[in-house]
Amino acid sequence: MNALIYAFLAIGAVFNGLGAVALLRFPDVYTRVHGATKCTTFGSIFSLLGVAVYGFAQGGGIGGTMAVRAFLALVFLLLTNPTGSHALARAAHRAGIKPFRAVVDRLEERR
Amino acid sequence: MRRAAEWTATGMFAFAVYLLLATFTGSLGLWAPDELIAGAVLAAVTALATGAFLWARGGWRLLQPQRWILFLIYLIGPFLVAMAKANLDVAWRVITGRIRPGIVRFNPGLHTEFGRTLLANSITLTPGTLTVDIDDGSGDFYVHWINVTDESPTPERVCGSFPNWARRIAE
Repeated sequence: MNALIYAFLAIGAVFNGLGAVALLRFPDVYTRVHGATKCTTFGSIFSLLGVAVYGFAQGGGIGGTMAVRAFLALVFLLLTNPTGSHALARAAHRAGIKPFRAVVDRLEERR
Repeated sequence: MRRAAEWTATGMFAFAVYLLLATFTGSLGLWAPDELIAGAVLAAVTALATGAFLWARGGWRLLQPQRWILFLIYLIGPFLVAMAKANLDVAWRVITGRIRPGIVRFNPGLHTEFGRTLLANSITLTPGTLTVDIDDGSGDFYVHWINVTDESPTPERVCGSFPNWARRIAE
């Protein structure tokens, strides 16, 4: 059980770290949204799964509460993260920020 | 009558979520009495505030249980696999910096708001693709794609089997 928790936490930390690297390396707001929100989602999913497994392993009222709440946090993260990053990207495009080095921009052609 | 049914359905759903959140808080049963009261009050407020929006335009279809089962199958089957693969792909692109970004347009042929929302969220949650805008009239999706391989792609090219699943679950 401990090995599983450590594996989840390690995967989570690696992907969250990659998200931070993506924020530095990618050139514009859209690609940074890709890196910063998606990699961190995957990282956070595994971190929260680690917490849920830990709570489950503890057992009893406190551990059960921890597991259930970590799992619910995961569900809300999966629901709200895409909505948030969609809002960021749409606002950026409406504000007139062009995608950097884009090979094609169909949304610009529509206007 | 219709409004009352909308409020009741929303309130029951909100109360169920609150009960899940407050599991194991009681000293005897699963829930403490104060948690039940707080949950009921919050559920009532939520129902009165959002009940009228949630069920508009065919929202009642979401209560059919086979849609929930399909959604769960989709979530732990094709979606998780696609997301894991795309995550590794984008992780590799972060390290190498090899990107070819662009905003492409395609039409998955979805007509209900819930279907479009489900597909847009699936696309956005998969790394490498990001829904920027949806044309409400024609149903065109505008997707920022980190590695454009085709400037006028088919829906399958961008997001695989997602549109078919969205149609099965929501329409």
